Amino acid sequence: MNDASAPAAVPLEIHDLTVSYRQKPVLYGIDLAVPAGKLVGIVGPNGAGKSTLIKACMGLVPSRSGWVKFFGEPPAKALRRVGYVPQRESVDWDFPVNVMDVVLMGRYGKLGLLRRPGRADREAARECLHRVGMLPFADRQIANLSGGQQQRVFLARALAQESDLYFMDEPFSGVDAATEAAIITLLQDLRARGCTILVVHHDLPTAREYFDMLLLLNMRVTAFGPTDEVFTPELLQKTYGGRLTILSEVAHAAAAGNTRRTP
Amino acid sequence: MTPSFRRAVGRSGTARATRRAACGVALLFPALAHAARIGDLSTTDLPAQAARFFTFADPATRWALLGALLLGIACGLLGGFLVVRKLSLVGDALSHAVLPGVAVGFLWSLTKNPLAIFVGATVAALLGALAVEAITRGTRLPQDTALGLALSGFFGLGICLVSMIQRLPTGAKSGIDKFLFGQAAALGPGDLLLLGAVATATLLAVWLFHKELVATSFDPAFAAACGMPAAWVHRGLMVLLACAIVVSLQAVGVVLVSAMLIIPAATAYLLTDRMHRLLWISAATGMVAGAIGTFLSFLGPNLPTGPFMVLAAGVLFLGAWLFGPRHGVVARWWLHRRNRERTERENTLKAIYHVLEQRGFEGGDVTLEELARFRRETLGETTHNTAALKRAGLGAPDSASGVIRLTAEGRRRAGEIVRNHRLWELYLANAAHFAADHVHEDAEEIEHVLGEETVRILEQRLQHAPRDPHGSPIPRPEDPR
Repeated sequence: MNDASAPAAVPLEIHDLTVSYRQKPVLYGIDLAVPAGKLVGIVGPNGAGKSTLIKACMGLVPSRSGWVKFFGEPPAKALRRVGYVPQRESVDWDFPVNVMDVVLMGRYGKLGLLRRPGRADREAARECLHRVGMLPFADRQIANLSGGQQQRVFLARALAQESDLYFMDEPFSGVDAATEAAIITLLQDLRARGCTILVVHHDLPTAREYFDMLLLLNMRVTAFGPTDEVFTPELLQKTYGGRLTILSEVAHAAAAGNTRRTP
Repeated sequence: MTPSFRRAVGRSGTARATRRAACGVALLFPALAHAARIGDLSTTDLPAQAARFFTFADPATRWALLGALLLGIACGLLGGFLVVRKLSLVGDALSHAVLPGVAVGFLWSLTKNPLAIFVGATVAALLGALAVEAITRGTRLPQDTALGLALSGFFGLGICLVSMIQRLPTGAKSGIDKFLFGQAAALGPGDLLLLGAVATATLLAVWLFHKELVATSFDPAFAAACGMPAAWVHRGLMVLLACAIVVSLQAVGVVLVSAMLIIPAATAYLLTDRMHRLLWISAATGMVAGAIGTFLSFLGPNLPTGPFMVLAAGVLFLGAWLFGPRHGVVARWWLHRRNRERTERENTLKAIYHVLEQRGFEGGDVTLEELARFRRETLGETTHNTAALKRAGLGAPDSASGVIRLTAEGRRRAGEIVRNHRLWELYLANAAHFAADHVHEDAEEIEHVLGEETVRILEQRLQHAPRDPHGSPIPRPEDPR
């Protein structure tokens, strides 16, 4: 591999990444290189592997082959430069913590083992809460938040990570219009600071409006490029027009070890 | 049958209740019935026993109490994490899984050597945890099924081994059966050393790795994405848990140790919304329950320790459930009652306002008869309701002349309620396009809960409209009435 010579500025590079879940392939041979300072939307039908892609990048699900690099380095080394907003439904909102506690968790990666968040971390967390308009709720138990407020707390936690590359898993799902507008302003603000942001998104019309680049995904990368080049009826049809049935079936059978010759 | 075994059978009649409570196991081990008791000396006088307990005259009492406190700390802290990680049943499975290890540890040394039993039991617990993980990952079975499998399988194996030991020539004297329901009185210095070591290790781990434990409990994916070793935190927790269970066995027994993990933590969960407080409350509850259980089992002969600890913890849980300051049944009932009374008062105020409005606000006095007619209630009910207004300082009923006049505060509040009602009706009709005859019922409820801020927003949205959908004027609170 000659990637050491590749410009280190490429925030995310994926090479031939294959991920399977319970022997069932979800992502197949993904190649991708995301340039810096872009707001990238990941769109595709349900089950296309959008969430899996970002989880695989961060090593949260094991990949079967291929590699991922953040800023030219293996993920384990560069995790501190990567922020993450998981799906809101992935946690228990009755957990006994308040808003401030959650945002402070964004600082934990930088702190490392055995160190506790200090005054500076609290100040940073307050600043992040302020940026998402949630500072007045800092002492609120997280169960007593609306969906939009919960999403803002997750964003504040990601901001507290002070990363250069962000993965966000459906930050717009189930939020009110005001929160959606606040989030998009925040994303643009992050981009202006030179961050690269990948956002899993469900809604096609707004995807066209929000993102600089789109990644059309359906087990494979159907297309990746500037939004106005990629957002075409042909490519969308290719992405959404049914899953790659034969590929999926054959791969499934191969994984199960019972590939049969078709008569 | 060995002599002691026969004696045990003979004496078991004195503890029939205990035996009945655990009949299945007791059938296997009649010796259980007099298993766990403190103060083998035969005092049966309650005050004397209590005095002996509190003076700590008996070294066994001191050991037992110290052991119970250490156990409360370790189980309380670990239980707190089990409950928030939704792993409560893991504690149960591990505690049952240790039994074969206890038996093997015993067989190895053929005495009740704490260290041999500790090693055997810990290994068995970890094997149990590995079995659960292997079943969950390797098959399509969900985790609760895997837990049930490991729990019952290991426990069955353990019972077989224990009954084998019972038949050995030295078996019946060994006290191996005490591991089922615990015998705090039998805690020796060796047991306490182990308990102390595990409690210290737990405290240290929770103190040093607090943020890792909390972050991986709340959002394991995010924690892992931050580079935290989530899987290792989990394994570390399981190892500590296995150790805590094993050292607690002697005091509470295999069957009930999971209760000491779950009940104190569940109690704390009801009392607080913050993780660190939950942990300390849980540990404190565990210690109190442990001490009470030890004390109660000391009061009479033939009383086992474990069940009493669990009972004490259960009572504390019940207390938290009923009397918790925010989420308790009583607190919620009280809040509900106060809201209902307030609603009732506000409805009376509103009725008085309406009566006054009907006659163009001429004169401030409303007769109780007028009011009763308007509200379609008996004079007795009206008198009752107006008395409630008087208590709240909102009105001044005069029972002699049968009239009520609102105080300044009462007039202000009445205006607010009517305004809220009519504003909400107008909002529903204008903004949500309700039909005018559909809005009243909803407004009857909303009027009592609209905050001032919401009212301001509504007024702005409705551009300070003067009348509601039915044509009645919307009062302004600043209106002099």
